[in-house]
Amino acid sequence: MAIAPVLELQQLSHVYVNAKGASLALEQLDLRVERGEFVSLVGPSGCGKTTVLSLMAGLFPPTVGNVLLDGEAVAGPSSKVGYMLQQDFLFPWRTIRDNAAVGLEISGRKTPRTMEIVDELLAELGLPDSGQRYPHELSGGMRQRVALARTLATEPEVLLLDEPFSALDLHIKLQLEDLVHETLTRRGKTAVLVTHDLAEAAAMSDRVIVLGRNPGRIKCEVVIDEELRALSPMAARKLPSFQATFERLWAELDAVDDEGGSYNG
Amino acid sequence: MDKRDSMRSNGDGDSGSVQIAGVKEDRLSWMGALHASYRSRMHKMSAAVAVTQIALLVLFVGLWEAAGRNKWIDPLLFSYPSKMADQLWRTMTDGSIWPHVGMTVGETVAGFALGMLLGTSMAAALWWFPFLSRVFDPYLVVLNSMPKVALGPIFIVALGPGFISIVAVTMSVTVIITTLNIYNRFREIDAGFIKVVRLFGASRGQLFRLVILPASFPVIISTLKVNVGLAWVGVIVGEFLVAKLGLGYLIIYGFQVFNFTLVLSSLVVIAAVATVMYQLVAMLERKLTAGWRER
Repeated sequence: MAIAPVLELQQLSHVYVNAKGASLALEQLDLRVERGEFVSLVGPSGCGKTTVLSLMAGLFPPTVGNVLLDGEAVAGPSSKVGYMLQQDFLFPWRTIRDNAAVGLEISGRKTPRTMEIVDELLAELGLPDSGQRYPHELSGGMRQRVALARTLATEPEVLLLDEPFSALDLHIKLQLEDLVHETLTRRGKTAVLVTHDLAEAAAMSDRVIVLGRNPGRIKCEVVIDEELRALSPMAARKLPSFQATFERLWAELDAVDDEGGSYNG
Repeated sequence: MDKRDSMRSNGDGDSGSVQIAGVKEDRLSWMGALHASYRSRMHKMSAAVAVTQIALLVLFVGLWEAAGRNKWIDPLLFSYPSKMADQLWRTMTDGSIWPHVGMTVGETVAGFALGMLLGTSMAAALWWFPFLSRVFDPYLVVLNSMPKVALGPIFIVALGPGFISIVAVTMSVTVIITTLNIYNRFREIDAGFIKVVRLFGASRGQLFRLVILPASFPVIISTLKVNVGLAWVGVIVGEFLVAKLGLGYLIIYGFQVFNFTLVLSSLVVIAAVATVMYQLVAMLERKLTAGWRER
């Protein structure tokens, strides 16, 4: 493709160092994510999925290699990147509206105009009258929607989703997958999803990256069929080709699990 | 009407059967009756608690009064309630007690507020500079286990006998435990909350203001509540050591001249003022944590 990737990992390696020693979490990762693309990272636990997201977000610098965002090296967290965590972590002492606006407040962009955008965003995500309520009054699914509003409020180009649906009931989870997919598609956002749920990866993504562990590295890449991509996650799950994709991912992951790899620690 | 509609649909979902109007009405009144009986049970419970509380107080005061008047206990040592009430009333009307109350309340509030401010600031400094917290950790542990009132004589020598040294004793009683409690809370705050603001690029100051401090309000308040009691210990001991004015001075003076009515009535005043202070802290708590609670 001629267009420059919005997000690029170059020869990325990361070593965690603590009092007990050093361990190699990632080794020589190369990845390009195009604008508007939805990419999922799947792999066994301990394959460094969350490390990859943290490096993309600029939470800490990689030991070796570069993370490029719009062609520039990422030096720290920026408002170009939004991050959704597994739990909502809404602040119990703030109203829903103030929770959703916390990113704007930190970047000094909280104005009456941007607060209107926050209200619109909450309405768009199905929480029209909840602005003045407190998080403990909301259900888990509603809280995770507020977390999505909080992430979108700062207008990031890239969304990093760190298993944001895994703590929810299946029913709510499927609804929220649809909502997130639709919202991101409509806004033309780029997204990287980390998940251990292969069905979720198959239903939502354009491309799935399978990671191996010890150390974390890219094992293979599965491009999802055009027919599945075009549909919402809920609709995609009903197609016969969805099952085939799921089984292919399953086989890849099984193959990954069989390999031991060397342990560095 | 709305409420009834929603109830009907819930009921339909549960039973899966066709509803007859009469049955639905029955259910509504049945649920209303259940709620009413629950409320009346709770009401009775609260009333019983209040009655028992008052009965206990009356019994205690009455027994004390009877024991004192009939010389079952030595009235010189243990006094009795009507004598204390008489003493309080006399000193309140001739105005002689108010300077003592004013002095002690002033010392307590000053020592309490200083201890709280200094303790919170020290906790913030330890959080801000992890190096400092590593350095001071053993010293804080030693200081915390030491009886701070024992420092009283040193304060009196250094700051002179009077208001300042009593405030210093009071502050020293509260400041270390305040620092430790609040600092420990700062450190315990869920990493997820911190990650949320860090991902938005928050500075350390923003992190403190937006997360660390508000998330610690409940612990700060409960520390305040404990400190109300501790501050009184500091003030009374300080006044025992040095004062010429104050409720602690009245207690020690009454003890020396064998006027135990004075001792015990001063204690009653302390209990009353301490309760008022505690209620003020509780009001602050409601204001600071309005609306939210831990999940």
